[in-house]
Amino acid sequence: MSEILIQIDGKEVKAKEGMTLLEAAQSAGTKIPTLCYHEKLAPYGGCRLCLVELESRGWTRLVASCVYPVEKNLVVRTRSEKIDRIRKMLLEQLLAHAPDSLELQEMAKEYGADRNRFEKETSFCIHCGLCVRYCAEVKKKNAVGFVNRGIRKEISFIPDIAARECWDCKECFPLCPTEALQAAFVLVKALTFP
Amino acid sequence: MARLESPEELGKFRKKILSKRDPNTPCISICAGTGCIASGAGEVIAAFKAEIEKQGLKADVNTKETGCPGFCERGPVVVIYPEEICYLQVKPQDVPEIVSTTIKEKKIVERLVYADPSTGDKAIHESEIPFYKNQKRNLLGSNIKIDPKDIDDYLAQDGYSALAKVLFKMSSKDVLDEVKKSNLRGRGGGGFPTGRKWEESCNAPDEIKYVIVNADEGDPGAFMDRALLEGNPHSILEGLIIGAYAVGAHEGFIYVRQEYPLAVENVGIAIRQAEEYGLLGKNILGSAFDFNVMVHQGAGAFVCGESSALMTALEGKAGEPRPKYIHTAVKGVWDRPSVLNNVETWANVPLIINKGADWFTQFGNERSKGTKIFSLVGKINNTGLVEVPMGIILRDIIFKIGGGIPGGKKFKAVQTGGPSGGCIPEEMLNLEVGYDELTKAGSMMGSGGMIVMDEDNCMVDVARYFLDFLTDESCGKCLPCREGIRQMLKVLTNITKGKGKEGDIELLEELSEVAGEASLCALGKSAPNPVLSTIRYFRDEYEAHIKEKRCPALSCKDLIAYYIDPAKCEACMICLKKCPAEAIDGGKGKIHIIDQEKCTKCGTCIEVCPPRFRSVRKMSGEPVPPPIPEEARKIVRESKQR
Repeated sequence: MSEILIQIDGKEVKAKEGMTLLEAAQSAGTKIPTLCYHEKLAPYGGCRLCLVELESRGWTRLVASCVYPVEKNLVVRTRSEKIDRIRKMLLEQLLAHAPDSLELQEMAKEYGADRNRFEKETSFCIHCGLCVRYCAEVKKKNAVGFVNRGIRKEISFIPDIAARECWDCKECFPLCPTEALQAAFVLVKALTFP
Repeated sequence: MARLESPEELGKFRKKILSKRDPNTPCISICAGTGCIASGAGEVIAAFKAEIEKQGLKADVNTKETGCPGFCERGPVVVIYPEEICYLQVKPQDVPEIVSTTIKEKKIVERLVYADPSTGDKAIHESEIPFYKNQKRNLLGSNIKIDPKDIDDYLAQDGYSALAKVLFKMSSKDVLDEVKKSNLRGRGGGGFPTGRKWEESCNAPDEIKYVIVNADEGDPGAFMDRALLEGNPHSILEGLIIGAYAVGAHEGFIYVRQEYPLAVENVGIAIRQAEEYGLLGKNILGSAFDFNVMVHQGAGAFVCGESSALMTALEGKAGEPRPKYIHTAVKGVWDRPSVLNNVETWANVPLIINKGADWFTQFGNERSKGTKIFSLVGKINNTGLVEVPMGIILRDIIFKIGGGIPGGKKFKAVQTGGPSGGCIPEEMLNLEVGYDELTKAGSMMGSGGMIVMDEDNCMVDVARYFLDFLTDESCGKCLPCREGIRQMLKVLTNITKGKGKEGDIELLEELSEVAGEASLCALGKSAPNPVLSTIRYFRDEYEAHIKEKRCPALSCKDLIAYYIDPAKCEACMICLKKCPAEAIDGGKGKIHIIDQEKCTKCGTCIEVCPPRFRSVRKMSGEPVPPPIPEEARKIVRESKQR
């Protein structure tokens, strides 16, 4: 695999072809916040917290670093006034659903996000899809999936698969960035009221 | 029917079709598009068939059920050839008269021809009607001449001659060059140069490539693609096969929304007929080029009109967009190079091949070439499909073609580009219609929806309406779109309910920035357009709602009240009897009063109050005057006193 030279926050970084910007940054020790990313899973590009600024051929644009493949001579900025502003708002929107999530609170501190900015709708689930994708991609069981779309989208366990597979696994629970109990609740609901 | 094995056979077969058709034989073309069917074209068609039989004309007169010519406002539309006499709003009971007067006696049925609503001037022929006269109908013009269920009709109109030309006289590169030279840009709204997209796919190393028709038209009030697919499916198929030849694809898909049953039916018939004729399938016209098409019906998600979501859905997964940092032309369906174009884009291709890029570029302005079909709806006299050259100004579309605003009302704004387009105000009516011009004005071309609004439309409520639509249609995968739209809708709903706060406009702008910059796909990126464009051009309306709790258009129910002016009320009892909420108190000779507590603001009272009294009025932003004292409510009529 050929090496590709890029610049992240002013630092020269050697990346391998086929890597994403996020992976390149991580390999160079640069931290980019993520929620829906997991090294065992295919990149999803849902939470958008990993947005970075890209300068190429004279113009700047925002891209999701977890899905953007490295290219020669890219100039990447992982923090800027604009990036911080967007991350702050994204976190505030998430905190309306999961105000007590420790992971979110920690990031909120970093970006000055106000957990009370938006009216609370405590659904806990923030649709990162980690449980759904882990079950499908790693466990290959598809016991939990998304139902509905838009603001009505939610996770749902499929009762007959869940009854067979879930009690002995529960590997998705600790992946949940908001509240592991939420997944437990949805699972129990699916099994009790199939 | 034997397969056509060469372009010569196609030519001979075309001559045979034409030789059987005497151009002087009367032909009655009746629009059988969805719009006219809804206004009763089915019964009209049956009546024509029965009447022709009854009058013993079956051998001498043809009837044809055609595609949509666009004038849906005055449907069912009937055109009689060879004279091209156009009859509008034809009812089954008009049919005997048309047959005996026009077909037999060659005279006009005056009451069925177009009459200008203001001048009363009549227009007998289609081409003289102002609605049509000011259009340039390169694509839609053939619809009324073609029975979409009969491939011979398309062949008679020179159909598939562009395909024959491409297969036998042009290399793949020639085709790419011609399309690039034409500057054709994507008609689905993105406006990406079609030739460049094809070339990118052509150059991609993968052996297996796909071409796709995007017929997942989902914008509220838009039906351009439906009319083309229903009315002239072969033109799209021909374009698709040409595209496949140019990029080197042997398989194609037509992704059509399931809510378009007639389009699904007609395109299915078209594919079968083209296969039978050897124009599709193996060894097309004996050229050794193979190409197959499959129809895929969409399951109803608006977001599947987005190219990557459409491709995900084609793969059999939930229709959610995916990142397009590598273009779908290089890595699309099943990671193969996939050229996806909108219905209208594909339909332009045979014309460009047959008539040349130079012919195509004579229409349009500097950066947008050719024609564009718009569905003109809302507060407009001539609802329907209009095809205009790019670069035409909005004013001409709305007033010259659309015939202006009904009921003498004042024009306020036109919304272009579908739910994620923007509203363009009156002072910008001289704006040229083109991709870049519309984007600069804060709206977009979109696929061609054009919703006209008048003084009664509240612009805050319009933004709320579109965001409400998008709340249902966002796929929910990415956070800035899902949550951003949710929060924007909440703020907008509050404003229209009179619960707006200082700072709401700024919050909307902030939410818009995040959704616009950070969303995964074009749905989220453009979702703020209705909000930002209405703030940009109608900020005063937002401020009136927030600061004065007043809806200037007198439209937001929570901010208006109905009031009966005691000086004008003649106690006629009409509104009192019609009020469904029983909110009006009064009696014979007793001035009526609306109980504001009971009133549901349905507006019945204002509608039924006789115009000679006009005593009910809507008000907003000011307190309703207190009811007049009981003793003052008795009406003493002078005539009775005497």
